[in-house]
Amino acid sequence: MSFPWAKQYEPKLPLTRWLDERLPVPRLVYNSLGGGYPVPRNLNYFWNFGVLAGAALAIQIITGIVLAMHYAANGTVAFDSVESIMRDVNAGWFLRYAHANGASMFFIVVYTHIFRGLYYGSYKAPREMVWLLGVVIFLLMMATAFMGYVLPWGQMSFWGAQVITGFFSAIPLVGDTIRIWLLGGFAPDNAALNRFFSLHYLLPFVIAGVIILHIWALHIPGSNNPTGVDVKGEQDTVPFHPYYTAKDGFGLGIFLLIFASLLFFFPNYLGHPDNYIPANPLSTPAHIVPEWYFWPFYAILRAFTADFILPAKLWGVLAMFGSILLLFFLPWLDSSPVRSMNYRPKARIAFWVLVADIAILGYCGGAPATATYVILSQICAAYYFAHFLIILPIISRSERPRPLPNSITEAVLANHGGTSPAKTALATSTTSPAPHAAH
Amino acid sequence: MATVDDMVPPGESPEPFHEEAHDPRRRDFINIAAVSFAGVGAVAIVLPLINQMNPSADVLAQSTTEIDLSKILPGQAIKTSFRKQPLFVRNLTPKEISEADAVDIATLRDPQTLEERTKAGKKNWLITLGVCTHLGCVPLGAGEGENKGPFGGYFCPCHGSAYDTAARIRKGPAPTNLHVPDYAFNSDTVVTVG
Amino acid sequence: MVRLIASIVGAAFVLVLGIALFGSVAGVITDPVAPTAESVAHKHPKELELASNGVFGKFDRRQLQRGFQVYKEVCAACHSLRLVSFRDLQKIGYSEPEVKAIASQWVIEQPSINPETGEAATRKNIPSDRFPSPFANEVAARAANNNALPPDLSLITKAREEGTAYVHSLLTGYTTQPAALLKEFPDIKTPEGLHYNPYFANLNIAMPPPLTSDGQVTYADGTKPTIDQMSTDVSAFLTWTAEPNLEARHAAGFASIIFILIFCGLAWGAYQNVWRDVKH
Repeated sequence: MSFPWAKQYEPKLPLTRWLDERLPVPRLVYNSLGGGYPVPRNLNYFWNFGVLAGAALAIQIITGIVLAMHYAANGTVAFDSVESIMRDVNAGWFLRYAHANGASMFFIVVYTHIFRGLYYGSYKAPREMVWLLGVVIFLLMMATAFMGYVLPWGQMSFWGAQVITGFFSAIPLVGDTIRIWLLGGFAPDNAALNRFFSLHYLLPFVIAGVIILHIWALHIPGSNNPTGVDVKGEQDTVPFHPYYTAKDGFGLGIFLLIFASLLFFFPNYLGHPDNYIPANPLSTPAHIVPEWYFWPFYAILRAFTADFILPAKLWGVLAMFGSILLLFFLPWLDSSPVRSMNYRPKARIAFWVLVADIAILGYCGGAPATATYVILSQICAAYYFAHFLIILPIISRSERPRPLPNSITEAVLANHGGTSPAKTALATSTTSPAPHAAH
Repeated sequence: MATVDDMVPPGESPEPFHEEAHDPRRRDFINIAAVSFAGVGAVAIVLPLINQMNPSADVLAQSTTEIDLSKILPGQAIKTSFRKQPLFVRNLTPKEISEADAVDIATLRDPQTLEERTKAGKKNWLITLGVCTHLGCVPLGAGEGENKGPFGGYFCPCHGSAYDTAARIRKGPAPTNLHVPDYAFNSDTVVTVG
Repeated sequence: MVRLIASIVGAAFVLVLGIALFGSVAGVITDPVAPTAESVAHKHPKELELASNGVFGKFDRRQLQRGFQVYKEVCAACHSLRLVSFRDLQKIGYSEPEVKAIASQWVIEQPSINPETGEAATRKNIPSDRFPSPFANEVAARAANNNALPPDLSLITKAREEGTAYVHSLLTGYTTQPAALLKEFPDIKTPEGLHYNPYFANLNIAMPPPLTSDGQVTYADGTKPTIDQMSTDVSAFLTWTAEPNLEARHAAGFASIIFILIFCGLAWGAYQNVWRDVKH
């Protein structure tokens, strides 16, 4: 699809030939995840995480459909129905722990996938649409995860629903009306639980749909690569199958190893004890926190403690949503023509500061809201916004990138030969049939 | 995997492929082994996904139902519930017993005597599930004034199966007699079913 | 244009955070957080070695049975175990007739209705019943316990941080309020009807010490019923009630991990094999 040298699907059996003429699904699969998709040959392990995210979604959908066969979305029985799954349903404990920890694995994988995109500039032209769709998927995932966490109807479920719907009450004038509409009542109860269940079941399929668009958009320009340099010719690529299916198979094995360790030996490590207490609308737990994957955003929310023109509560909510929505503008905020941070010394430093910054925000978000953590959150939240909205746009104009390799193949050979890409640029350029684009 | 070798990019320094050094069949063995192993894993993971649909432990827990017979007069029947299914308990009149005994067993679709369907010395107590053996409807005849059908026992309105006074199938599509569950008399007036 | 608007928005957020930061830092300086009695005296649960701990953990069934006996004779007077069924006791080594006997002899009967009149009544427990609650509802429970609600114990070891150790520490942690603490915080004297326990979150717990003397229960297997032993046993039992499938989980885990490790090895081999002639 993306390159002229992509191999064409050739049905071998009469049946596949018959099918190909009528409904070319095998051809579609071949062109998107098979031998017909040429992929840069130099992808590192960070490129495994797209396929792993797909696997994580599949695990969540399968275990989720099965759990829904036993779960009852009603405040009086929801908690007990989950416990009945844990105690009485055949292999129920396995399915429920797989679903709960599968959500964490999904976020681990997706966060790595996002940071991969940030580091290697995968959001830049011509892949902006891939990035935008990715942010849409991320938002849908967060909504799905939040609503899923409400379903067991424990204390954290209930108070999570209370706090998160409380965000909407920060909207001036209509906030309370919107919150009551969202909940279908004045506090989380059956109405909220039922609609959350309905949407929690629906949204993963919406995510799957957007993933198809995400992959479609990816296949127009083809995959980015660690050098960020465009594919120049056939020697720069290998077919997705068998090269990357083999590599993804190994990656999937490692993913499952970590997943199984968590699921079978530390199934409650990432959960919170309070969610094993049934929801009680009359008593808030001493220390309420969302699931770990929301901690950085929760820290940003809590960092806004001062009124300034707008009330602090509204600032917090705006900033929390803004911290994600700004990702939609990233392709245009970072105007550097160089994609990979490997060749952008200043932006690379800023990137690693951002990683540390988000890690600290995450730690603060999970910790109690004491003065120390609030101060730390305020500093880190300030850097977060400054990084994307101020620092990165400035760096992208002022920085002098390091010389890029002339082609992917050249970079690969330079790595193997132990010489720098700059030195081998001229020496190996004669072997490359494609003309050098100016970068 | 011949195509793998064809795909070596032409721009690369020409290294020998060591083709002779490897037996290609042995090289491919590892690919096949990995894919097969993944297949075994996928099958293993499907088992709990199927098994979860079997009855759960609380459903399987052997629950029992106690029935007080003292209030059921001859000719009367009650409909109660046993493991979420209707249960018919009937106190047969001597006339109904003799009607049941008069039937020639050989002519029955599911040959059973009334003795075989009741406890020794308690021939008047007919305890059966109220589930038609055709497609599971609840037959009429246990309630006061309900249609007992042409054989004076039970009559299933769904597809017209008619049972006699020993709850044996006599006419209609049902293949077997109404099922008699395990039960025991605790005393003359109390029965434990299950 | 995008970058101009972005920098204005970014500057706005940074400014507001700066103001908030100034407020926070000023707050710390002018109004430093005073230590509270909880921050000084609250203790972390003591380590508790149990057979079920760790990735190789298995339940010690005799210990679970002793723990069940402690629950039955001490805890059950106030605490429900509403998610556990009598039939589940077969999994800790009781035979079917023993479970039937335990159920039918259980002091608190199962709520039921009178089949004649439809009025509320009770009946003897059968194995398929869940453990009946000692109180009809929360109001009754609070009324009988000085307005404190004895929590259900089914999930207690999963519903508290380090729950198994916490239960053991709490049961054995009752003590008199340290005089030094009272001197430092004069207004935290344990109120009438509460009991000082440094393992409890706010130091004063409504539950009176449940295990008061060695020999409070008599173990059939001859184990010496010291307070520490009874507390350890009941903690083990409550670990089982919260996670009855722990052994199956560990066994399935080992099988899965070994399987996946072999798969990883094969997948690595296949990956190397496929890529053997392509530099990357």
